[in-house]
Amino acid sequence: MTIIAEHGYLLLSLACVFGFFMAWGIGANDVANAMGTSVGSRALTVKQAIMIAMLFEFLGAYLAGGEVTATIRKGIIDTASIGDKPELLVFGMLAALLAAGTWLLIASIKGWPVSTTHTIVGAIVGFAAVGISVDAVHWAKVWKIVASWVVSPVLAGVISYALFKSVQTLILNHRDPFTRAKRFIPLYMFAVGFLMSMVTLLKGLKHVFKDQGVNMSFAECALYAAVAGLIVTLIGSYFLSRIEEDPKIDANDRFANVERVFAVLMIFTACSMAFAHGSNDVANAVGPLAAIVGIVNSGTIAAKTIMPSWILLLGGAGIILGLATYGFKVMATIGQKITILTPSRGFAAELGAAATVVLASATGLPVSTTHTLVGAVLGVGFARGIAAINLRVVGTIFMSWLVTLPAGAGLSIVFFFILKGIFIN
Amino acid sequence: MAIINPLYKVLGRSPIKPMQQHMGEVVTCVKFLEGFFKASSSGDWQQASSVYDKICASEREADELKKQIRLHLPKSLFMPMPRTDLLDLVTTQDRIANGARDIAGLMLGRNMIIPESLQDCGMAFLKTAIAATEQAFVAINELDELLETGFGDREVSFIATLIEALDELEHDNDQLEQDLRKKLFVLEATLPPVDVMFLYKIIDTVGEMADNAERVGARLQLLLAR
Repeated sequence: MTIIAEHGYLLLSLACVFGFFMAWGIGANDVANAMGTSVGSRALTVKQAIMIAMLFEFLGAYLAGGEVTATIRKGIIDTASIGDKPELLVFGMLAALLAAGTWLLIASIKGWPVSTTHTIVGAIVGFAAVGISVDAVHWAKVWKIVASWVVSPVLAGVISYALFKSVQTLILNHRDPFTRAKRFIPLYMFAVGFLMSMVTLLKGLKHVFKDQGVNMSFAECALYAAVAGLIVTLIGSYFLSRIEEDPKIDANDRFANVERVFAVLMIFTACSMAFAHGSNDVANAVGPLAAIVGIVNSGTIAAKTIMPSWILLLGGAGIILGLATYGFKVMATIGQKITILTPSRGFAAELGAAATVVLASATGLPVSTTHTLVGAVLGVGFARGIAAINLRVVGTIFMSWLVTLPAGAGLSIVFFFILKGIFIN
Repeated sequence: MAIINPLYKVLGRSPIKPMQQHMGEVVTCVKFLEGFFKASSSGDWQQASSVYDKICASEREADELKKQIRLHLPKSLFMPMPRTDLLDLVTTQDRIANGARDIAGLMLGRNMIIPESLQDCGMAFLKTAIAATEQAFVAINELDELLETGFGDREVSFIATLIEALDELEHDNDQLEQDLRKKLFVLEATLPPVDVMFLYKIIDTVGEMADNAERVGARLQLLLAR
């Protein structure tokens, strides 16, 4: 108790710095994974991708990030069991942030495809199980999270498969795919708008509504989301109407013009991908921070305190800064290297992944955006849409989380005992 | 910080473009034969030899492309078409170019001149073999559209019509081969026996080129059937 009273502001500032650093890292590195498909398929320029990422990552974090933050903050650790020693949780969360930051830095230098989500969950479970006690971990919740890591790529794969198959039957497998594309693509735009606003209304703005005494039923939410979807569709249709069939480029590749229509759609799915990523991954950085802020402000582990919104803002700001300072470069390299996914495939993969991640965010499950996207790409591959997928690389990506969990846990245990040693003795 | 994005390594190199490049090179190689025949028929061996060099260079280029395709098709690649079918396809494509090189090599080495009365018929025979090769290239060029539509029925049946046209050309080639053999048979007593032997050999090899072009179509059909 005295430790928190004595060093409260120091601990808080440390947490803010670590949390901000991690958000910076996510913005610098991880966002590129989410947006790479759009840049790689030439649907967006690097500059446009950065702008979209900045806006929608922030919106996603702020509007739909609360649930996952809550899970990281108080869902994994059974706070009741350490109610008399809140400082342990503060050290633990600091250690987890530090461990995740370190591990991600090492992984980035080595070029390992690791997931920020897996790192932070591993780190929290690690310090809680070893540093506090095995019973301090909500194992049921942890297993649920781990299960979601298996389910999310599969689900994304199934959605992308279905999306690509629908594109095939509705558009590609017809005599005049260009006209069909213009007619049916607004449907997908509607889906994008509806999905994002539905999650925002149901989960993200819950607190805002509660404060103002607004009470919306599910049907009302669906209605408003449908309106938002229609608005998105209208905006999209305007852009679509400006695309004219160009007979010159059709000479070599009969589908070049169709792909140009899909490129418009991809701008919208890129927004949804950034939104989904913001809603899920920002929590990795700010969840532990939120836990620390809660304890330092109240002096106890109060599970019921409302999370101040400035924490999500800080996370969003960190991501933006990461994008602006470093993500820019990463995105540029990716833009040069991925050239294989055409917009008609890229959109299916992105939308499948975004839908899965947003759903996970709404249920408060921290999932890996990269893994989900890889699952989605495989789904398009199973629909015979991609020329070649490197299964060995897919294997290493999925195996990497087996390494990441103990690594994150080990590092956080070490940092936990160091911090404890510094402050308590 | 060196950033390696895992996603761009997930997407392997598409074998389709190289396959089409290879077939394009095969067509280039085979088309030189027409000029070679003209030069050899008029006994211009200097010209024939320079065309032969071009044929060899083109055949080597095709070989190199074939090697690259084989090297970049590891077993860990997940593709919408079976790896073995692609490898068979490139081997068949390559045989056409090999045939062209063998024909030119043999004729140049023996300074063979096709008897004048056979020249028109022989040229027509060669031209249908070249046309069959070109038609096979047209079909192979549809591979990227095939992938684009995710092996859609429409595209599959479109390629089927291209393959039918290819079969037609091969059939014409067979007819001309028979005619040519008949004509040569009438003449053979008047010609040096060794020359006749090699003339039959040349006819065989040109026919084989068209057969291989048809086989490219057949392989493609197998690829579609799965």
